Amino acid sequence: MTHRAPVNRIIRFSSVDGPGNRTVVFLQGCNYNCRYCHNPETRALCCHCGDCVAHCPAGALKKDADGHVLYAYEACVFCDACIRVCPHDASPRIRSLTAKETFEEIEKQIPYIRGVTVSGGECTLYPSYLAELFRLCKELSLETLLDTNGTLDLFSRPALFDVTDGVMLDVKAWDARVHRALTDHGNGDVLRHMIALAECGKLHEVRTVVMPEMVDAERTVRQTARALAPYLHLYPVRYKIIAFRPAGVRKEYASFATPDPPYLAYLSDLAKSEGMREVILI
Amino acid sequence: MREISMERVNATREKMLDVVKSPTLTHAQKVANMANLADSLLEVLDLPEGLSGLLDKEITDGQCICDLSEGHAPLRPRYIVPDYARFMKEGSAFLELPPPSDLYEAINSLLILYKHVPSVTNFPVYVGQLDTLLEPFINDVDEETAHRLIRLFFTHMDRTILDSFSHANIGPSPTKAGRIILDVVGELEDAVPNLTMKVDPLLTTDEFLAAGIKAALHTAKPSFANHPMFDREFPGGDLCGKDQGAYVIASCYNGLPYGGGSFTLCRLILGNIAKRAKDADDYCTRVLPEVLDVMARYMDARIRFIVEESGFFENNFLAKEGLIHKDRFSAMFGLVGLAEAVNDLMAKEGKAEKRFGHDEEATALGVRIMDVIDAFNKEHRNPYCTISGGHFLLHAQVGIASDIDVSPGTRIPIGEEPEELIDHLRVLMRFHKYFPSGTGDIFPIDVTVHRNPDYVADIIRGAMKEGIRYLSFYSADSDVIRITGYLVKRSEIDKLEDGKNVKHDTTALGMGAKHNGKILERKVR
Ligand code: SF4
Ligand code: SF4
Repeated sequence: MTHRAPVNRIIRFSSVDGPGNRTVVFLQGCNYNCRYCHNPETRALCCHCGDCVAHCPAGALKKDADGHVLYAYEACVFCDACIRVCPHDASPRIRSLTAKETFEEIEKQIPYIRGVTVSGGECTLYPSYLAELFRLCKELSLETLLDTNGTLDLFSRPALFDVTDGVMLDVKAWDARVHRALTDHGNGDVLRHMIALAECGKLHEVRTVVMPEMVDAERTVRQTARALAPYLHLYPVRYKIIAFRPAGVRKEYASFATPDPPYLAYLSDLAKSEGMREVILI
Repeated sequence: MREISMERVNATREKMLDVVKSPTLTHAQKVANMANLADSLLEVLDLPEGLSGLLDKEITDGQCICDLSEGHAPLRPRYIVPDYARFMKEGSAFLELPPPSDLYEAINSLLILYKHVPSVTNFPVYVGQLDTLLEPFINDVDEETAHRLIRLFFTHMDRTILDSFSHANIGPSPTKAGRIILDVVGELEDAVPNLTMKVDPLLTTDEFLAAGIKAALHTAKPSFANHPMFDREFPGGDLCGKDQGAYVIASCYNGLPYGGGSFTLCRLILGNIAKRAKDADDYCTRVLPEVLDVMARYMDARIRFIVEESGFFENNFLAKEGLIHKDRFSAMFGLVGLAEAVNDLMAKEGKAEKRFGHDEEATALGVRIMDVIDAFNKEHRNPYCTISGGHFLLHAQVGIASDIDVSPGTRIPIGEEPEELIDHLRVLMRFHKYFPSGTGDIFPIDVTVHRNPDYVADIIRGAMKEGIRYLSFYSADSDVIRITGYLVKRSEIDKLEDGKNVKHDTTALGMGAKHNGKILERKVR
């Protein structure tokens, strides 16, 4: 059985998606609606409305007889015009790849990479595909990392759990109401999954985006660090504290304030005082 | 010695007077220039027929062979690589130095010897495998003192070795001295000496490599050499020290035999040679082989003079005391501008859009040209290059400041680098194997990588597996930057551009390369 997923983009060498040098696969589609999403065009699957076709300056997009929007990678000049005009938070530049095909794209970077990170969108929308992809990666000793919002219960997916070396997980807010206001979802599952992953040493990183007008970052950082402290001896989980920046976000959220550096430094110190050894400010 | 015309004598005398009166040259530069001008009047080499038409031209005017201002009557080999380990063990009778007995004496002795190691630049191009040389003494003093002494040692080198074609080596195994050296170069941010870390997949620990990378991102050195690859190519056992091979990295990135060096270095200007050819076949089968033959015979003549007539090996104390051995010298058969040659030939075949480094057909033509040169060298014999099997060692020369539209060695021209680093690496891995006496590629790295030095470590370790010989990295925002092989401070180039005096000769070369070679425009990775 071979599984497919919509692939938005593959970055062949990345220094910012986990330890060392990694190939990163971005999958399309997300089950959250974070107000501060920096890549809103990865959220939805294309519904083939065709609005973007006329805006392509390179003739890379066309509508076929069945009304499907087709994308020609060779012609594309990566100007992003299509993404900007899409009213559905989608992108026409998506390739549907099997796990095997994706793996073949990753394999080309051996021996320069130590691993692969799958991100999104929300990559865990495609668990069977991920299980197959990671199994192929493990055969060649590549480390496998998931970059996820934490909604999927990995423990209910042993085929994927077994071949996943680590998880980088977002703690968007500690307070459930804040979390709901920010994402349209509660966070009970996410926090449970975070602890369960930390307990088995598979939690590699947690991240919180600091958007002062919507997120109580102080509480989130303190509570998250405190919750993880008992497990740090199993894996030295890293805390990445990310400043909200308006670049790339949807228009209606672009006017939100960015946090100031002293506040970020304060949050970093707070995480450290709760026992987190490695804290990174971005 | 052949006669020369009075016209030439007088022209040279005019130039000498200009040197004497020059407002910008330092005293040492004046002395060196006067010597070169005097040397230019000598005519003692048996020059091969056809040389003059290939050599005596400006590079912009079709010059095909360049001897990198080695002069007309070489009075010493171009690059000298003393056996410093032997010097540390035995001292020197000529210099009246007993073997050093502690860290103070070790550093002092080395600094003395450096002043007596000749080279084409009149500065030592190799200052030693410094970790192993200092390690036996490192526990004589507490760590703070060791650090301070090594700091003074490096400052002394930077202020007295006045060009950056001077190279120290460390690695592949971690040592306390090696670690202190990395700390010190990171603190000092000086251009001299250049530094290479020999990297071995097994011997070099992750921590030691990470310390090297951190220093490199901070101050553009060390560079990283593929130790197993060099080790295979240079026979002689572990002459440099345990597990350190019988080779060194000297000058820019030149792999040379330990306890010897290189008699000479001449270079082919492949792009200009291509201008004389009709098409790729004509180039590979007729035009290039003729030039290869002339250059090889020219180098033979230079080597013969150095060995048989100059008296260097009979009289210099380095040879007499066994710190160098005539039979551990080879010579460097250099080349530049492979990219320009390929692009020119592709254009002649009506395929101008197929560029070296991007199109497979173009890159494969580059490989074909290298195979022609390599095969020629394997056929050619020189009686004095016994250390390298009677052949020269190929060298991808890094260029000189006056080169215009000439890419160093086999590099992809700046501004045309492949979009993705991986594609760039996959091109250069096809060329590094040809050059035991040195090649290298340089990558400015985005500052975000400071947070993740393992990113660079993965690339280095991967590159070694793929047969890439030598890599340099620097942070896109650092002051010390790598020009083509040597290091220069951006702030010093700025000073020179403002008309102020600077201490290192290489700063002026860096300024030339900035304008002619676009080195500040490399693609950031
Ligand atoms: S980015 Fe979109 S609009 Fe631009 S060329 Fe590619 S497909 Fe066309
Ligand atoms: S990418 Fe967006 S605009 Fe283009 S066809 Fe799909 S949904 Fe419509």
